[in-house]
Amino acid sequence: MKNPFENLDRVLEHRVRLQIMSVLVANDSYDFNSIKEIIGLTDGSMASHIKALEKEKYISVSKSFIDKKPNTKYKATERGRSVFKKHLDALEELIKQQRKQ
Amino acid sequence: MKETPDYEKDIASIRSMMERSVKFISLSGLSGILAGIYALTGASVAYYLVYYPSSPFGFRFHYIDEQVVLIKLIGIAALVLLFSIGTGYFLSLQKAKKLGTTVWNHASKQLLKDLFIPLVAGGLFILILLSRGNYIIVSSASLVFYGVALINASRNTYHEVQYLGYTEIVLGLVAAMMPGYGLIFWSLGFGLMHIVYGTIMYFRYDK
Repeated sequence: MKNPFENLDRVLEHRVRLQIMSVLVANDSYDFNSIKEIIGLTDGSMASHIKALEKEKYISVSKSFIDKKPNTKYKATERGRSVFKKHLDALEELIKQQRKQ
Repeated sequence: MKETPDYEKDIASIRSMMERSVKFISLSGLSGILAGIYALTGASVAYYLVYYPSSPFGFRFHYIDEQVVLIKLIGIAALVLLFSIGTGYFLSLQKAKKLGTTVWNHASKQLLKDLFIPLVAGGLFILILLSRGNYIIVSSASLVFYGVALINASRNTYHEVQYLGYTEIVLGLVAAMMPGYGLIFWSLGFGLMHIVYGTIMYFRYDK
């Protein structure tokens, strides 16, 4: 049987990135501050994790202005969704295997 | 290499993030109970205006096509709505504080948007009915549109809201088949059902 470790995504092994992806997979789109609040992050760490996900093209960004305040929204890309699903399946598989041992 | 509890924590955090980002959990069952009580109070006042001293099933002294009665009824409905929204907001604020979350977030905005689109459509539809003298199905239409609005909004909150929506639609349709008993169905739907579902939610989520 194939080793499920190979299916784990190394970018998503970091829990905060996994949480950001969870929010974006469950919703059409979400803005920077709302994600930050729900996970409980600082501006700085949020920005660095978002950048990592953006670089992998797991999420896409759209910037606009609401009442002259910048509003940055994020969406999970198709690639992001499929990687997330694969990662989730691998996690489940790992838990199953380790329970058997 | 991570241990099993770590993977389980990963899965648990995925689940929690998905739920918290989608669901508005600060909705209080108590606000449903109070909204029901306001509705029953409003319905009692309406009963005095339209039927008193007869029973609501019997002969009427006043009919709604008297302009003054109609305006008073609209005023009562508006007051009930205002008090219900005010109470709902205030209790959500308190529950959010207790849960350490906010009232005005992505989930609540989505919830309100989904709720208000059918509600505004229904409200306008009912105003048009009233302006054309069609009073008979006003109660029925308000129940049906409210039910649709609840089902539409339930994606972003507790699933009991969805069942309340189905109940309101059924009541609305039955009301449409029994013209003249609008006030009774209105009291059941907006009064009693809010109290019933509010109590269920109170014991499940507020305690």
